[in-house]
Amino acid sequence: MPVDVFGQALNGLAYGVLLFLLSVGLTLIFGMLDVVNLAHGSFYMLGAYAGLSLIAATGNFWLALVAAPLAVGLIGALIERSCLRPLYRRPPLDQVLLTFGFIYLFEDVVKWIWGGRIRSIPPPDLFSGSVSLGGAVIPSYRLFVIVFGLAMAVLLFLLIERTRLGAIIRAGVFDAEMTAGLGINIHRVFTAVFAFGAALGGLSGVIAGPIQSAYPSMGVTILIPALIVVVVGGLGSLKGSLIGSLLIGQAETFGKAWLPEASMLIIYVVMAAIVVVRPQGLFGRPLK
Amino acid sequence: MTGLRLLAAVLVVIGLGLFPLAAGTYPVKLLQEILIWGIFAMSLDLLMGYAGMVSFGHSAFFGVGGYVAALALAKSPGLVSALLLPAVAAGLAALVIGFFSIRVSGVYFIMLTLAFSQMFHAYTFQVSWLGAEDGLVGIPRPAMPGVDLASLRGFHGYLLVLVVLAALLLWRVVSSPFGHVLRGIHENEARMAALGYAVDRYKLLAFVIAGVVAGLAGSLYVQFNGSITPDAFFWKTSGEALLMVIIGGTGTLGGAVLGAAAFILLQSLVSTYTERWMLILGATFILFVLFAPGGIVGALRGRIGLRA
Repeated sequence: MPVDVFGQALNGLAYGVLLFLLSVGLTLIFGMLDVVNLAHGSFYMLGAYAGLSLIAATGNFWLALVAAPLAVGLIGALIERSCLRPLYRRPPLDQVLLTFGFIYLFEDVVKWIWGGRIRSIPPPDLFSGSVSLGGAVIPSYRLFVIVFGLAMAVLLFLLIERTRLGAIIRAGVFDAEMTAGLGINIHRVFTAVFAFGAALGGLSGVIAGPIQSAYPSMGVTILIPALIVVVVGGLGSLKGSLIGSLLIGQAETFGKAWLPEASMLIIYVVMAAIVVVRPQGLFGRPLK
Repeated sequence: MTGLRLLAAVLVVIGLGLFPLAAGTYPVKLLQEILIWGIFAMSLDLLMGYAGMVSFGHSAFFGVGGYVAALALAKSPGLVSALLLPAVAAGLAALVIGFFSIRVSGVYFIMLTLAFSQMFHAYTFQVSWLGAEDGLVGIPRPAMPGVDLASLRGFHGYLLVLVVLAALLLWRVVSSPFGHVLRGIHENEARMAALGYAVDRYKLLAFVIAGVVAGLAGSLYVQFNGSITPDAFFWKTSGEALLMVIIGGTGTLGGAVLGAAAFILLQSLVSTYTERWMLILGATFILFVLFAPGGIVGALRGRIGLRA
């Protein structure tokens, strides 16, 4: 494999695991609540900005990596309890539209608090250099992102497939009403899943900060690739989210390098083709 | 339409027509912008409010109409370039996109329409013959015998006639048997199919009609502004039309225009007092979804006790 191809593949992998961290929250929320959370990009943006402030205040990236997602998760829980819950009896699209309103709200809040400029976020000291790997020179932070993202993927699989909480979530995704009938407080699970998904969105924002910086339209920019990942992989599927992210990450990175004229087009064509041929996505449940 | 409502509609149109005599340049321009977005929002309402197809990619047709008008007007500034070509091009785009999109529904329909409109955005953003990021600028308004469309009042009359025609067309569509079938599909698609209606064909035709009207709106937008950028295709354009329809009231056509008025007035008035207009817009929209799902029209009907 030529050196530049290897380097591109690693960049694509870093972008892919970033998309995974983001889209997994989106897909969990959809699977559980049947809500396509258009404000998910906003959680990503809030995570990046909260990370920025926490790093500026404490100088500790690792503290920000833990605290910022918690803060975003709390915001998610508040939104679910106050705004989404009253809408569960309405047509599902009302909930989608509600989350659309939050895009405007949060983007302006961020501009208000942090201003409209691009703010760069320094990587942690430990990963501020670059390493030579197979002849390609890679910022070591990207390698950290890849390892961290893949580790998170394993943890999430264990959480969903091997724990009691995961079993409840899987049951809720499969049939929320039936799960409630079995004595599970499904409303509390809904809030928890939404908050957890939001926190993952915030986490991916903190992780993305040192690579992509923080700017007010970052949430809107990342939302579309994340939605594409979820649709390609299959709404509600954890495995689909992982495979879809890695696929889209590579497609976009290599597209930019080899076909700059068509790079933005490629991922939309991939998605449209998949929705037409296999509407439920690669790993989604068949449509009812 | 009852006599009283017809009279009210005629009075509103006359009022809109006389507005430039009473107001300065800025308010008239604001009104023209409202009317153009009103056409666009009405065309989306045909899909959302009547056929039950929530599209997040309606900007595709607005943009196609706008770009085709810009290219054609630059070559020959006449009414064929201003009205016919953009509408036909947008209709063709809707035929192709609709052919694929109507196979799926709900969230998947949202995603697919979104993907198609973003393809246009990505393409126009990157190719130099459409001006890439900067778009097409310096587009002349069409020449029309007897009317000076370059003047504020001339353009106002022309715009108003087209708005009325578009509204009449859409109103005719939704009150025809075809429109009732669309509402039936919205209520229960499986039952309409079981009754023997070719559901897909009805949905496709609705999609194309909405596309044609959206293309007209896009063309008028170019004539109004003299320029167009890839932002016309961006999904926020679709989203804003969606906001207008919801704030005004889905399934009412007139509500879409009210929603456009509310959106644009909010944008321009609030932004003169504070920079925080997006926050206010977002909060307004959230409050509407939560507490007034029928939009402005729904709230008015509830208050006055009118039922359609």
